[in-house]
Amino acid sequence: MPPLNRPLRLAVAIDGGAPQTASAFVDRAQLAERGAFDFVTLDDSLGQPAPGVARLDALAALARVAPTTDRIGLVPTVTTTHTEPFHVSTQVATLDWVSRGRAGWIVEVSATEAEARLVGRRPAAPAPELWHEAGEVVDVVTRLFDSWEDDAEIRDVATGRFVDRDKLHYVDFESATFSVRGPSIVPRPPQGHPVTVIDATPSHVRATAARYADVALIRTDDPDVARVARADLRERTRAWGREPDRLIVLASLPVDLDASADAVALAEFAASWHTDGVADGFHFRPRDPERDLRLLVDGTVPVLQHRGLARHFYPGATLREHLGLPRPANRYALAREASAR
Amino acid sequence: MTDTSGTPRTSRKSIHLAAHFPGVNNTTVWSASPRALGSQIDFASFTHLAQTAERGLFDFFFLAEGLRLREHQGRVHDLDVLGRPEAITVLSALAAVTERLGLAATVNATFNEPYELARRLASLDHLSGGRAAWNVVTSSDAFTGENFRRGGFLDRADRYTRAAEFVATARELWDSWPPGAERARAGAFAHHGHHFDIEGRFSVERGPQGHPVVIQAGDSSEGREFAAATADIVFTRHGTLEAGRQFYADVKGRLAAHGRRPEDLKIMPGVTFVLGDTAAEAQEKAAEIRHQQISPQTALLTLEQIWGVDLSRYDPDGPLPDIEPDYDAQLSQGRVRHADPRAVVASWRALAEEKGLSIRQTVIEATGRQSFIGTPAAVADEMDTFVQTDAADGFILIPHLTPGGLDDFVEQVVPLLQERGSFRTRYTGSTLRAHLGLAQPS
Ligand SMILES: Cc1cc2nc3c(=O)[nH]c(=O)nc-3n(C[C@H](O)[C@H](O)[C@H](O)COP(=O)(O)O)c2cc1C
Repeated sequence: MPPLNRPLRLAVAIDGGAPQTASAFVDRAQLAERGAFDFVTLDDSLGQPAPGVARLDALAALARVAPTTDRIGLVPTVTTTHTEPFHVSTQVATLDWVSRGRAGWIVEVSATEAEARLVGRRPAAPAPELWHEAGEVVDVVTRLFDSWEDDAEIRDVATGRFVDRDKLHYVDFESATFSVRGPSIVPRPPQGHPVTVIDATPSHVRATAARYADVALIRTDDPDVARVARADLRERTRAWGREPDRLIVLASLPVDLDASADAVALAEFAASWHTDGVADGFHFRPRDPERDLRLLVDGTVPVLQHRGLARHFYPGATLREHLGLPRPANRYALAREASAR
Repeated sequence: MTDTSGTPRTSRKSIHLAAHFPGVNNTTVWSASPRALGSQIDFASFTHLAQTAERGLFDFFFLAEGLRLREHQGRVHDLDVLGRPEAITVLSALAAVTERLGLAATVNATFNEPYELARRLASLDHLSGGRAAWNVVTSSDAFTGENFRRGGFLDRADRYTRAAEFVATARELWDSWPPGAERARAGAFAHHGHHFDIEGRFSVERGPQGHPVVIQAGDSSEGREFAAATADIVFTRHGTLEAGRQFYADVKGRLAAHGRRPEDLKIMPGVTFVLGDTAAEAQEKAAEIRHQQISPQTALLTLEQIWGVDLSRYDPDGPLPDIEPDYDAQLSQGRVRHADPRAVVASWRALAEEKGLSIRQTVIEATGRQSFIGTPAAVADEMDTFVQTDAADGFILIPHLTPGGLDDFVEQVVPLLQERGSFRTRYTGSTLRAHLGLAQPS
């Protein structure tokens, strides 16, 4: 594999540790922004993460963080199994609006019977089935993002029309488990499509990730595992007719840093992985968010910057710009233009 | 003066004020004034209006909801402002740029599940330090249902039974983390009811308000009963003094049967306002605004909704059509319907004939909903009279401009209400329950 000449992509989880409060999330996101990380993630699940452990809705929490930060991407976990796809789409689109183009979402499923009992709408299903459905949810969610063309709002006083309804589209999506008529109630978000992230560690998730994700996470600290997973994902991406470079594969690493020396060692390790083509970048998962995040920002990132691997600042404004991902064309606009030709 | 429980009242009632973000309807003027040109979707608009409301010491900021774009004659309705963010997400962001203002989200009880919604509302309560409110709406039309798994199968009669069980279930979930609970049991709940059969562990710890504030909007007898049994605030459309007093007496009168006191439920009509330096100037401005709200196209479309037939060949500046309406047709989807179209047609015809009005003029006259028009002093006076004479406990103000529509009110009317001793001069509490004088649920 040739060495990667793309800049190293860096993300960091801000969950875990001390009680979850708005001010803790704000502090951590601001710190990560000082380190010019591409994005922060916040984990979530429908039920309690562990018996007796509370958590907040991750998307709402990162919406609370949005006005307190300027550039950093905000990527909550959003579960798709029991939530209405229409609601998922309006929530993610709104996170993009309130952050002015910095939203992403980690697509997750709820596979346990305990989670199914919280909602009581349908029994638990096997994970591969749920991931197939999650792919359909991503599909309809992005269709809903496109259901307003970017220039649908016209405010034409002469004809009294606020929108050009030829630029609003019904998505008319039907799958085995849900249907959505559309259009969305939310205009197309600033990024067109907020960034879709999928944890592709389990092999049954790979097909969905290769087809729909902008960023795939592989949880491992073994470079060979990461290398093989990345090659597999790129191959599958190509098979879906997608450009493999449009899928960014991040190694998702647990970090537990005791001292500055650890932070420097982590940078050396990350640099060597990157040079060897193991991953496009890293998603760090601190064990102790306050301590580890500080060491990452003050110790690891400067070393990577010094080596020319990590950015010193944000050249763009949106998460897609940070990641070097283009703003997607609107599928309905393309179709309309094609048929007009 | 006595309050509805008969106790002599020694001090003035305090007015509660809320701000409605100018939303998806023809109240919101987007076409004329340069100040109208703000975006209905950019976060800056929400920040501006919410911060203005907080500067005015308002109780809360209110967002309506619609889960499907309205249609007319089978096509998306294109004349009004369209497109809005998802409420709980935008309010979570507003929690970062405000400190005391309550944050109220309208969320439908038909197209959501208690566990998920209770979780999101409790999260908003935490993220805002105790400022969350939920306006429970119940519309269940199949048209909106086409965007959801559930579809639109709920009967009218079932809407409020589901809503009531929904709110009760949400409260069980909010209560599932008792203070000092053993960690091993924290969040445990089981609800086996008619609409919901769920159990497990709720994942959000009890929020600062215990329960987010519950608002009800809906006017049928079932709706009023639901409000009397369940809600902390009623959002009504009864914006005139007489209708307001009747509604107020009716709803407050229903509380005792549910073991509640009149002050446990605040009645807040949604009202519009127009301010001017003189009464005449305000009236002139109001007329101009009505003209902008009812464009020639909107006038025809409004008439089509009632007539049930395509009227596009009629001149909006000409007389009402003399053709027979089709009372069974449903040209519009996603709007609240007139209960009795025959009566509406008859009264509109009589109005047009009596005053010699064109289509557009008739619609302007007949659909006028402007509540308070006058000098700031006159408006303050009238609002105060409403509240002191039990036509309302306060108001949800619906400005006609985004996002600057509240600026003048806060600068000119609020100080006058404060001078009268009818409105707070500072926030005394930090939660919405505290602003409303509502008890913390035990
Ligand atoms: C003042 C007021 C505001 C309302 N706002 C909304 C809203 O934002 N979204 C919605 O779906 N329904 C809204 N509704 C509709 C009600 O939830 C309800 O469906 C409707 O009033 C019919 O119920 P009813 O028969 O009890 O009046 C509103 C109703 C009123 C009276």
